[in-house]
Amino acid sequence: MDITMIYYLVPALIMFCCGVYGFITRRNMIAMLISLELMLNAVDINFVVFNRYLFPGQMEGMFFTLFAIAIAAAETAISIAIIINVYRSVKNVKVDDLTEMKN
Amino acid sequence: MLSNILIYFVVIPLIMLAGLALCRNIKQIRTVAVIGSLALTALSVYLLVDYLGLRAAGATAPMLYTDSWSWFPQLHINMAVGVDGISVAMLVLSSIILLTGSFASWAINPMPKEFFLWLILLSTGVFGFFISIDLFTMFMFYEVALIPMYLLIGVWGSGNKNYSAMKLTLMLMGGSAFLMLGLIGIYYHSAPEGGELTWNLLQIRENAAIDRGWQYFLFPMTFVGFGVLGAMFPFHTWSPDGHASAPTAVSMLHAGVLMKLGGYGCFRVAIYLMPEAAHDLAWIFLILTGVSVVYGAFSACVQTDLKYINAYSSVSHCGLVLFAILMLNTTAMTGAIMQMLSHGLMTALFFALIGMIYGRTHTRDIRMMGGLMKIMPFLAVCYVIAGMASLGLPGLSGFVAEMTIFVGSFEHTDMFHRVFTIVACCSIVITAVYILRVVGKLLLGPVQDEHHLALTDATWWERTATVTLIISVAAIGCFPNFFANLIKFTFSPEIFAVIGMN
Amino acid sequence: MEVTIPVLILAIPLLMFFLLGLLGKYMSHKLAGILGTAGMGITLLLAYFTAFTYFFSGAPDFVDAQTGQRLQYIVFNQDWLAFYNNLVIRIGFLLDPISALMLVVITTISFMVHLYSNGYMRDHHGVYERGFQRFYAFLSLFSFSMLGLVVATNIFQMYIFWELVGASSYLLIGFYYTKPSAVSASKKAFIVTRFADLGFLIGILILSFYTGTFNFTEFTSAAVGESGNLFAVNEATAQGISNIFATSAAPMFMGASVLTWALVLIFMGGMGKSAMLPLHIWLPDAMEGPTPVSALIHAATMVVAGVYLVARLFPLYLMSTAALDIITVVGALTAFYAAMVACVQIDIKRVLAFSTISQIAFMMVSLGVARPEFHEGLGYMASMFHMFTHAMFKALLFLCAGAIIHAVGSNDYTEMHGLRKHMPVTHITFLIGCLAIAGIIPFSGFFSKDEILSACMGNSWLAYLWMSLVAGMTAFYMFRLYYLIFWWKEHKIHAGHHAPHDQAWTMTLPLVILAAVTCVAGFIPFGNLVSWNGEPYDFMAHFDWSIAAVSLIVALVGIGLATVMYRKENPMPAKMRNALPALWNWCFHRFYWDELYMFITHKIIFNGICKPIAWFDRRIIDGSMDGLAYISNKASWAIRGLQSGNVQTYVWIYLLGALLLGAITAICVI
Repeated sequence: MDITMIYYLVPALIMFCCGVYGFITRRNMIAMLISLELMLNAVDINFVVFNRYLFPGQMEGMFFTLFAIAIAAAETAISIAIIINVYRSVKNVKVDDLTEMKN
Repeated sequence: MLSNILIYFVVIPLIMLAGLALCRNIKQIRTVAVIGSLALTALSVYLLVDYLGLRAAGATAPMLYTDSWSWFPQLHINMAVGVDGISVAMLVLSSIILLTGSFASWAINPMPKEFFLWLILLSTGVFGFFISIDLFTMFMFYEVALIPMYLLIGVWGSGNKNYSAMKLTLMLMGGSAFLMLGLIGIYYHSAPEGGELTWNLLQIRENAAIDRGWQYFLFPMTFVGFGVLGAMFPFHTWSPDGHASAPTAVSMLHAGVLMKLGGYGCFRVAIYLMPEAAHDLAWIFLILTGVSVVYGAFSACVQTDLKYINAYSSVSHCGLVLFAILMLNTTAMTGAIMQMLSHGLMTALFFALIGMIYGRTHTRDIRMMGGLMKIMPFLAVCYVIAGMASLGLPGLSGFVAEMTIFVGSFEHTDMFHRVFTIVACCSIVITAVYILRVVGKLLLGPVQDEHHLALTDATWWERTATVTLIISVAAIGCFPNFFANLIKFTFSPEIFAVIGMN
Repeated sequence: MEVTIPVLILAIPLLMFFLLGLLGKYMSHKLAGILGTAGMGITLLLAYFTAFTYFFSGAPDFVDAQTGQRLQYIVFNQDWLAFYNNLVIRIGFLLDPISALMLVVITTISFMVHLYSNGYMRDHHGVYERGFQRFYAFLSLFSFSMLGLVVATNIFQMYIFWELVGASSYLLIGFYYTKPSAVSASKKAFIVTRFADLGFLIGILILSFYTGTFNFTEFTSAAVGESGNLFAVNEATAQGISNIFATSAAPMFMGASVLTWALVLIFMGGMGKSAMLPLHIWLPDAMEGPTPVSALIHAATMVVAGVYLVARLFPLYLMSTAALDIITVVGALTAFYAAMVACVQIDIKRVLAFSTISQIAFMMVSLGVARPEFHEGLGYMASMFHMFTHAMFKALLFLCAGAIIHAVGSNDYTEMHGLRKHMPVTHITFLIGCLAIAGIIPFSGFFSKDEILSACMGNSWLAYLWMSLVAGMTAFYMFRLYYLIFWWKEHKIHAGHHAPHDQAWTMTLPLVILAAVTCVAGFIPFGNLVSWNGEPYDFMAHFDWSIAAVSLIVALVGIGLATVMYRKENPMPAKMRNALPALWNWCFHRFYWDELYMFITHKIIFNGICKPIAWFDRRIIDGSMDGLAYISNKASWAIRGLQSGNVQTYVWIYLLGALLLGAITAICVI
């Protein structure tokens, strides 16, 4: 059985949709962050797959993915730090309740 | 670049800013402010002497000390400088007012360092504006001068300061929007078809490529844009509120110098570059400014807040500046520039005195005060002198400026100009009414409030500030020909040739 | 003539002003008084020297050797402010008969007042008043301005000093600045005269625009360098001036020539300063100032500036007889009006103020009726003569009044009565002043007033009769005043008060000197010195004994009537008052002019113009700006919900948008 692109793309799409669904519905910032990571990783998979199947002679997609992973890691670290600090100061990580800075 | 004397008008304030940033206490701040503004005053006086020397030696170019440094070549933006008699006069005026303003805010509280930082930034803009002959940098400096006003009023002001600061900034920014539209329009018509576009004033004047149709659009844009800052009716309402809330030195600089940016811009950009449109459309603005001359004076008659009175009197006097500029002849325009100098000095004097009185009595309502002549004779006498200058007593600056304007305006023989000249003349009576009303209520008569009896007269720095201003006012009033000749040369015949006037 | 002395005449008072104004508070009162008086004394000597040199030296600069005509001589003329072409304001010094005359008058009166004030500005214990130095500084400023005014070489210099005398008058009327009535009087004086100056200014603008010059000499004769001759006006140059106006763009405006308009507007300035009828209201109130000031400014010098202005431009006025007729009518009405009012006033300074108005109106009428064809322009000479004699005797009367007020402590005649025994010197000098103003031979007023009446006679019968009537009234009200002050039964001296008495020598000496001048001034051969065209003539040749006799009789009738009514306390005045109560009330309230002005300024201008404009500005103009801000504010709030800050909402919207776009793309592709 030949494993074609579609075998990779469909799980990635499912992963992305899960991410979007989670991002929109969850109110907990940690959960939103996880959903965000899901979306990112889904895109990463797409990059790798397109690179492997469509332009086998090139490496741009791979490198892009590597960059994305690195930046995502940094971003997650910062986000977690912010969330922890927010939690420390207001004992709450629900986005709807964090309206102090408005007005 | 540093070989040009003009650039120091921007360099010195920048050095002052750096110096202020390093200051640690109020004494150092005062030292920096006073030394810096003294240096600027010395520089402007030196420039005045040197300029007259060059003119006497036969320099006939419209602008002297011209220089240009490329800044953003893709859009032809240069840092171009140059001055003529008018700019020199304005530079002298600005430096004197900055100096006296520094003395007047000797005991500013709180945050003296930040206050002086913004004040000096503002004056950087002012000086930069007067030395620029590149429309883009001119506009940039113009904005630099306007923005600090928001913070200066909002933070250090009094009364309804947030409202006033916001109103002043928004209205002036509204004017800037018109102005920017006009300036960009001028830029795109600065050269004949296929020629290289430029922002340089002199170059644009030489090309004379803006056709009449476009002028009809661009002239009102630039004139109104600058006119808002020149307190042109009906865009003057920022002035009473803004001045009433501003701290003393800011009122002085604003009324004394910033409002002059408006008149100067109207002349330098709107009329100098688009004389044909100025000639054709002058009547609209003559009506507006002619109205504002008497309108401001009448409004001043019933105000009870000292600063409101002075703000409305500024509307009247600045209206006269624009009125005279629109008369489009040498005499009236000379008068307009003299009126700018005169109004700048005497209104700064007024605001300084009002600030000093307010600092003592904690009220600006003339109904609450009376008989101050007995309590603080020095300030009261200075106030009377300022009032006399304002109502046009010979020997002080107001008289010569107004007379030059009236004589110049009377050169027009048609009924329209005659009627408006006579209407403007009427302001000398109304001015006398409101000035004497204030003098009578505030300074003379019996003492209204027993608590005022314990108040003290002026301190030495206050005396320095007021005496400097009074001497300047009297200098213009006693030797007007010196200033008239300084200014007059500028009105190069070519722009009047275009208009078809003398 | 050397430039030094004329410069000093102007410079010394100015220097004194700065010296006393700036350093006054560091010097003692006495020193300030001495300095001020000495400064004025030196100026007096210099001015006398200048005037005598001008009149009597016979130098070719001053007198034409062939014809004996007096010439105008410009001592110096410095550019002050250049407008365009030859329209230049200069500050200069013009010597001609009337300016030399005025130099003498001003310095004399000013010196007397300086001397007198040394005594007057103290209380009974010799303690100086507060602001004594300031008082002398202002007096010096006034003297400087007034001297600058009379020696002006051009109309703009005159306007400059005109404004300066206005300002110094303002300062001096408001000298007692803690008194509200003084403050409002000073304000009124300044604003009323300022309003008149508006006319003056517009007149100058018109005149200078069409003639292209400010110089007096060039208005009336072809320009001949620095020193034109005003009197060289002849048919040809007059024609030339007329041509300038005839060929100008707008020679006629509302049925009158531009020249007439200009001259009438300039006369309006004169009306303000000289307190002619509609603009007279400031002068009675100006009596709030110290009495020496009233003598100097509001009787002898500043108030005749309007007469001087018309005299200065007289050759120009001759080109427009309509303007001269207006002057005559205004003067005649004012003279009568002021005389009526003076008959019933209680405050002695007010009586003198109205009598001043009336006498200045005499001078105005005299100028108005003067024509070269009658008696070689007798009216002009008579007017200047009366200006001279009036300055002397009116200053005398005011200074006497000051001495009385100082002694009694009130302006009200009801507080006085019967002072002749207590104050003999004041009594005699006051009587001399009254005789002079009534026109009794041989006092100076007789001669000058008689010539004015002759001049009126030359012009029209009506003017003559009218002015003779006023002259009779003058005699009546002055002697009414005299009797009320010095006769009647004296008041009881209350215990602890000492009786009123003659004042210190500083105050009586000026009275005696001025009285002496008043006795002899009539015999000065005035026609030799001053005439409208500079040609001397013997005015005795124009002296009409029949007119003199008639005027003498009229004056005697006036005096007799006053004697009958007021020599002793009797019910006659009250009876007459009750016979015509309405007339008496109108006179007493000065025909309600002040009330009319109050109505116009407060009700119409203040409440009807200023307040609505201020309201309009705040509510409409500013309101529309605020409204603009309000609308943008509201609009921002309205769309504020879109910018909720909730990322999840944004994602929803984004997602829907993306899907919508995708769907549209798909539909388009398919």
